[in-house]
This record gives sequence, structure tokens and C-alpha cells, in this order.
Amino acid sequence: MALTLMKGSEAIAEAAIRAGARFFFGYPITPQTEIPEYMSARMPEVGGCFLQAESEVAAINMVYGAASTGARVITSSSSPGVSLKQEGISYCAGAQLPCVILNVMRGGPGLGSIQASQGDYNQATKGGGNGDYHLITYAPASIQEAINIFGFAFDKAEKYRVPVLFLADGIMAQMMEPVEMPEMVEYKVDPEKKPWAATGWKPGDDPAKRAVINSLYINTEELTVHNNNLQAIYREIEKNEVMYEAYMTEDADYIITAFGTVARIAKSAVNELREKGIKVGLFRPITVWPFPYKELKEAAVNAKAVLDVEANEGQMLIDVKLALEGTKPVEYFGHCGSLMPTTGEIVAKILEMKEGK
Amino acid sequence: MSVVFEKTKYLTDKPFHYCPGCNHGIIHRLVAEALEESGMGGNIVGVAPVGCSVFAYDYFNVDMLEAAHGRAPAVATGVKRAKPDALVFTYQGDGDLASIGTAEIVHVAHRGEKICTIFVNNAIYGMTGGQMAPTTLVGQRTTTSPYGRDEAWCGAPIKMSEMLAQVPDSYYIERCAVNNNANIIKTKKAIKKAFQYQMEGKGFCMVEVLSTCPTNWGLSPVEAMKWLEENMIPYYPLGVYKDKGANK
Repeated sequence: MALTLMKGSEAIAEAAIRAGARFFFGYPITPQTEIPEYMSARMPEVGGCFLQAESEVAAINMVYGAASTGARVITSSSSPGVSLKQEGISYCAGAQLPCVILNVMRGGPGLGSIQASQGDYNQATKGGGNGDYHLITYAPASIQEAINIFGFAFDKAEKYRVPVLFLADGIMAQMMEPVEMPEMVEYKVDPEKKPWAATGWKPGDDPAKRAVINSLYINTEELTVHNNNLQAIYREIEKNEVMYEAYMTEDADYIITAFGTVARIAKSAVNELREKGIKVGLFRPITVWPFPYKELKEAAVNAKAVLDVEANEGQMLIDVKLALEGTKPVEYFGHCGSLMPTTGEIVAKILEMKEGK
Repeated sequence: MSVVFEKTKYLTDKPFHYCPGCNHGIIHRLVAEALEESGMGGNIVGVAPVGCSVFAYDYFNVDMLEAAHGRAPAVATGVKRAKPDALVFTYQGDGDLASIGTAEIVHVAHRGEKICTIFVNNAIYGMTGGQMAPTTLVGQRTTTSPYGRDEAWCGAPIKMSEMLAQVPDSYYIERCAVNNNANIIKTKKAIKKAFQYQMEGKGFCMVEVLSTCPTNWGLSPVEAMKWLEENMIPYYPLGVYKDKGANK
């Protein structure tokens, strides 16, 4: 197995191309600009299309257009830019268009900072745009994991006809790690598999096969039926697509919950505490939607308490509490803005909990 | 009996929801006929954003995309980049194209995107019930300019064809009207020319069509047509604003 040292943003971009993405529409914003830069050089090499849009708003609508033809399409941005994309993401969800959106999170609110943050958890998992919809949302904790998830992200998006969101952060995009890349997937649009796509219908063809990519249902009864169909899809996703990592949780007295980059910091804290003889484990949702509620409750069944650690004000805390259903005391540690919790801080917090402070 | 005329198959049989006297019906027919006459068969994608024509997917009998308000040019860009051989068009109103969608329409022209835009300008927001648009004439009363549009307060009406003709990579821009038979024929020719240019791989083409909105103007269809001739055409002169393919 050949390992290559790659920067996160470039590795993620390459992984998207290897997964069959041939269309990228984006706009520069720190700390993810290396993704469009990489795409601008790489897409022409594979016969794909890189187009720099006039705005994030336009970029997500270009995604809407290209995805309507059945192509594998991706866009990336960072927090303020992803906020601009929310209108288009809601339309993609409503029109049931498979596509992949990357959010390399930075500090907020507003212009915030250009350093890593996890402040968009609520936006990603609780809505973002208007209406009742969800995106399958992956929060990888390493570059390799992001690459691996790209191996099936488009398949999931297409299977359920939902947009997929990658919730990464500035650290993951900017750091370098040795990674292994998968083989190139040559994706061809198959009109049989995507009967909904605009693949060339003409008068006289089966009227049922004309592509109408639309999120408008002016008749309330029809809109309700459409929404019920979407909700049924979301229930299926909740049933089938939950992903998580449980690290040393089996005998743990204390379980730390964390996602993404912060979970890696938390894992170091777990190892450090284990060396001190304190039984601590880490529960890390890989899908933050659907959230592993049942799995977290089971993992924590023998624990004394749970500590939720995040690089935000504790946005995932509500899901952690929902999962535990009041069965365990839950505490939170973290920082808003772009200040990352450190291993030392997490260790100190667990020691504090252990001493009953 | 031989058939001398029939409705184009590029319109569905669904009855239009448009108000009596509205020009969308005529313009829809012209676009659909031009689609049929393009010979592109089924290799056509239309995009219609929010506005009176948001239900265009029910009428144009080709693959159709509904788009967010103002975003049709960006959506059409995505389609065209994925299907470079397809005939791709947007059908947009003035509230959509000249207000919320100005960034998208300017940049689709700026990129010389090989798509066609049918821009229906009736100087008002029709779908939401007659509010002031950027194209509303000075002095024109609407539900959000009840004292008449005041130029000192909200500027003079924007002239999109003139503006987009200045963008280096726009290819063909013409303003038409469908107020009489001669102009209807001219409009059809303009739409066909725009489609032809696109099929030849030329750049961005837009046909602006001045249109009436009797309901929201508070006029009868006949009065509305007269108002368009007396007020809109003088401010929005008909004609070709750019044609890079002329005399070639």
C-alpha cells in the first residue's frame, strides 16, 4: 500500500474526483481555497469541469443544474459561504438532487475568523435552509477517513436522492497526513438508473419519463405527500446509515463525546487518562445526521458520566442529552470561536469530574 | 383534409394559468415553436425560476427545471456545462432577472455562457400581486409604489438589454414586443436566431420581450397593449442591441 503525504484540502478534492465527480463549482474562501485551486488544475486532466462561480449562491445553483443531468457534482466552501448556499441546498433537497457539499468550517458568527471551528453543527444537522429536510452529514476525523467516505458518499446521495454534506474544519483542510488513495471510478450517467434526470426527452416519448426537476407543489395536499415521501426517506437513512466510532467505551467510567478534529484531540486525552489508570472512552459520531442516538446510549450504559467536548458552544450537546435520555450526568467543555480545546484541558476536566468538583 | 396549422407538440396540453390578456401565452407559443423548429428533438433543457412563469415546467414539453428566484442563469450554466450539446434556455421575468438575479444574469453574459435567455419584461412583479420592479416606469403606480415610482427615491428603471450588450462576451441581445402581428413575427425570428447561435456554439444570447400585465396594471387587455405602446416602448426601444454574428 503506497502512502502519499497530502494536504487535507487537496486529498479531499482528489478523493472526490476518484469517486467520479466531474463537475466542481465554487468560490474562493479561506480556509478551503486550496480545494477550488486543486480542482482548477485537476478537472481538465480527467475531462471534467471546474468553473469558478460569481458567488456561492451561483455555485450551488450550478450544482443544481449539473446534478439535474445526473452527473456527479461537488461544491465546497467555508462557513459564511455555506450560509450563502443554504437557499440552493434547500432547493436541492426539495428537488431530490444528489450532490456533495463540503463545509470546511471556520469561526463565526458573521465573518468570524479564518481558523477552524465547529460552529456550523446546528446549521448542518438541524436545518440550514428553509423547510423540513436533512442532509446525510459526515464529520470525518482524519483525511484518510474523509477519503474513505468519498468512496461511498455519491452512492448514498444517489440511492436516497439527497444531498450529502461533509462537515470538516480548517484544521483538516490545512494539515498534511499520509494517505492512501482509491482507484479512479469512471462514472457514466445511466438514464435507467436515474430516470428523473434531464437526459433527453422529446414529445412523443413516455410522458412519465419527462424530467421535471422541481421543489414547488402549490397544492398543499401534494406538498404534504411530497414531504411525507421525503420524511420516509429520512427514516430509512436513520435506520441504515448511522456511523460512529466507539473507542475504549466498553469499560469506561467516563465517556467523552466529540466529532471531527476535536474527537482526535479527545482521543489523545483518553490515551493520556488511561495511562493514569482512569477508565475513559471516546464516542465519536461519524454521521452527525443521522445521529447515533441509540448507539451512544448503549455505549454509555455502564459509564458514570459523559463529557461532551466541542469547538463551539456545545451545539452537539443537545443530541448527546437526547441520546442519553437523562440516564447520565452530562457536562460540556469547549470554546466558541476558533479556539480548539486542548488535550490538557480535556484531561483536567475529566479529573475535575472524577473528583466530583 | 390536410393540416395547415396545429399547436406545436413542444407545448403540453395543460391549460395556461396566466391571466386573460397576459402576453406569456403568446411568448410561450413562440418559444415552443422555435424549440420544435430547432430540430434538437429531445436534446433540450429549459429552466424557469420563480415568477409568473414558475410553472413553465407544466407547459414546455421538454426536460424542465424549476429554479430559485433569480438563479436560472446559474442553473442553466450547470446544465450546459454538463450537456454542452443540448439547447439550454432560461425563461425569466423582470422581477427575477433585473432584481434578485442581476448577479447571475450579468455573469452568465460575462462568461459568454452558451445559453439563451427569454426575458419577459412587464415592468412589475406579477406573481406576488403587482409590486414595483426595477423595470417599473417612473410615475407608474404599483402596490409598493402607490404614489407612483419616484426616481429620486428609487432610481430610474433599469435597462437590461442595453446593460448586457456592454458585457464583452454577450453575443446577441435584442428587445422585442408582441403587441402586433409584425412584432410577434419579429420576436419569433429573434428567438430562433438566439437558438441558432447557441447551436452553432456562439455565446450568450438574450431576447427581451416587452409584455403586458393587465391584471396588475389595472387595465383591460386592449388598454394594456395601448399602455405598453405609449409608455414602455418609448422607454425601452425595440431593436437589436448586439449581434456579433451580423454580416458574417
